Amino acid sequence: MPDTADLTALAITLKLAGISTLILLLLGTPLAWWMARTRWRFRFLLEAVVALPLVLPPTVLGFYLLVALGPHGPIGGLVETLGGRPLAFTFTGLVIGSVFYSMPFVVQPLQSAFTAIGQRPLEVAATLRASPLDRFFTVAVPLARSGFLTAAVLGFAHTLGEFGVVLMIGGNIPGETQVVSIAIYDHVEALEYARAHWLSGGLLLLSFLMLITVYALNRRFRLAQP
Amino acid sequence: MNVEARFRINRGDFTLDVDLRLPGRGITALLGPSGCGKTTLLRAIAGLESCRDGFIKVGDMIWQDSGRCLPPHRRSLGYVFQEASLFTHLSVRGNLEYGLRRVPETARRVSVDKAIDLLGIGALLERSTVQLSGGERQRVAIARALAVSPDILLMDEPLASLDAARKQEIMPWLESLHEELDIPVIYVSHSPDEVACLADHLVLLEAGRIKASGAPGELLTRLSLPLAHGNDAEALIDAVVAGHDDGYDLTYLDFPGGRFTVTRKALPAGHSVRLRVAARDVSVTLEQQSGTSILNSFPAIIDEIMPEGSARVTVRLLAGGVPLLARITRKSAALLDLKNGKSVYAQAKSVALLS
Repeated sequence: MPDTADLTALAITLKLAGISTLILLLLGTPLAWWMARTRWRFRFLLEAVVALPLVLPPTVLGFYLLVALGPHGPIGGLVETLGGRPLAFTFTGLVIGSVFYSMPFVVQPLQSAFTAIGQRPLEVAATLRASPLDRFFTVAVPLARSGFLTAAVLGFAHTLGEFGVVLMIGGNIPGETQVVSIAIYDHVEALEYARAHWLSGGLLLLSFLMLITVYALNRRFRLAQP
Repeated sequence: MNVEARFRINRGDFTLDVDLRLPGRGITALLGPSGCGKTTLLRAIAGLESCRDGFIKVGDMIWQDSGRCLPPHRRSLGYVFQEASLFTHLSVRGNLEYGLRRVPETARRVSVDKAIDLLGIGALLERSTVQLSGGERQRVAIARALAVSPDILLMDEPLASLDAARKQEIMPWLESLHEELDIPVIYVSHSPDEVACLADHLVLLEAGRIKASGAPGELLTRLSLPLAHGNDAEALIDAVVAGHDDGYDLTYLDFPGGRFTVTRKALPAGHSVRLRVAARDVSVTLEQQSGTSILNSFPAIIDEIMPEGSARVTVRLLAGGVPLLARITRKSAALLDLKNGKSVYAQAKSVALLS
């Protein structure tokens, strides 16, 4: 059976994934919208930056974030000057790391959903008196709903499984920054295979259920559209 | 609600350069081959195509002038795209109400009910848009555009994506719009057939410029334009139902050049109709024929003759000032000694009623 420490790690993991996904949706939606519609010739540069976490070893990303967030880094230093705690080895630091780490999993599905809508429905809405913001919320968002679902679930699920970045910038402070993936690693190190099984199995089941939901719902959305 | 539109749009090797002045009522057809710029022109009027160099005035409202340009959602227009482009996340009713809800109540002149009636879509309201046929979709799209009470209706080949049967299904609705609406309609088309049925005013576009504009009957028969030379060249004649012959089951239709006799149509006397007379169905005689089965024969004056290949000529005739075309052999023209100004009789073997 998982003990209290394991349950705390699970709670921190879910909280981290939830908050990160929320922030990613808020930041990623306008970014994806802009990337789907801009004719800026250097758009590919931004696309490459967003996609970097897909190929970069998490430890590399984690290392740079650690440097940036630490007391001598540009962000950590700034926060400290303003009277805050340094961000490295805190939950806030983990959220920042997760946002970078899971960015492509949210932005890319949204961008392709927005691209797939095309120009036409928005033009139709414009001729029906809808302002640009109105068009975005009443046409683009509902038509891109399967993209939002995919983005939210992939962002959430990917943050659940995060290991390298968390280890680099969060450390392994039980009750504060210890997430499930690291707890599993600790259990294996300590040869507590039974507890590692509980946590691994739980994470496996959760991830699988979420993906099933996405694919089933996306199928329904597709059936509802010609 | 007169319409003025002037544009200069450069798109690489294509330049659209037009100066349009349209009457405030009736359907104006923009006719031209694909790539001539008719859709670009329509989109520019709607504000969907950005152009710095232009002027648009609809009624008293200036939509675009040097430096000032209203975005599309601030222009009082209805736009029907080539594909119906209904919102798939809304029901038919949701589509109809989308634009309506964004029009202030004081500006609503067309009720949704009227738009629904005009297009006959009352039975479809609660359906999802994916359950509609192509023709039904396009009718919903037209009703949706009308429901915003536009000052002008812009239609971009609304029939082009439909097959012949679906076109036949929509045509009567378009014709009734023509009678019911008191706003100008600009109708883009590449099909002279649609134009013949619908247009009050015709603008011919070619390579981004206006080649000619005027009454359809006049332009379709003008020998300096390509329309009069195709295999399907035809004349359009506006006539009025004069009465019926109960004994022979016929209907008489009067036009300034005389009287057409056609098989009986269920139309009241005084009703206006448009007739189509194909050039290949018209023959020319020097005298009024007596021993012939053809009933439709009118005195006419030859206006112009142009060769059509090596064997044929196209003759433009004026019957009471109304232009008709006759496609005959060059030999017949020589034997009858046809020349401009000569008085002859035009015989029409067959006549089609358009509306």
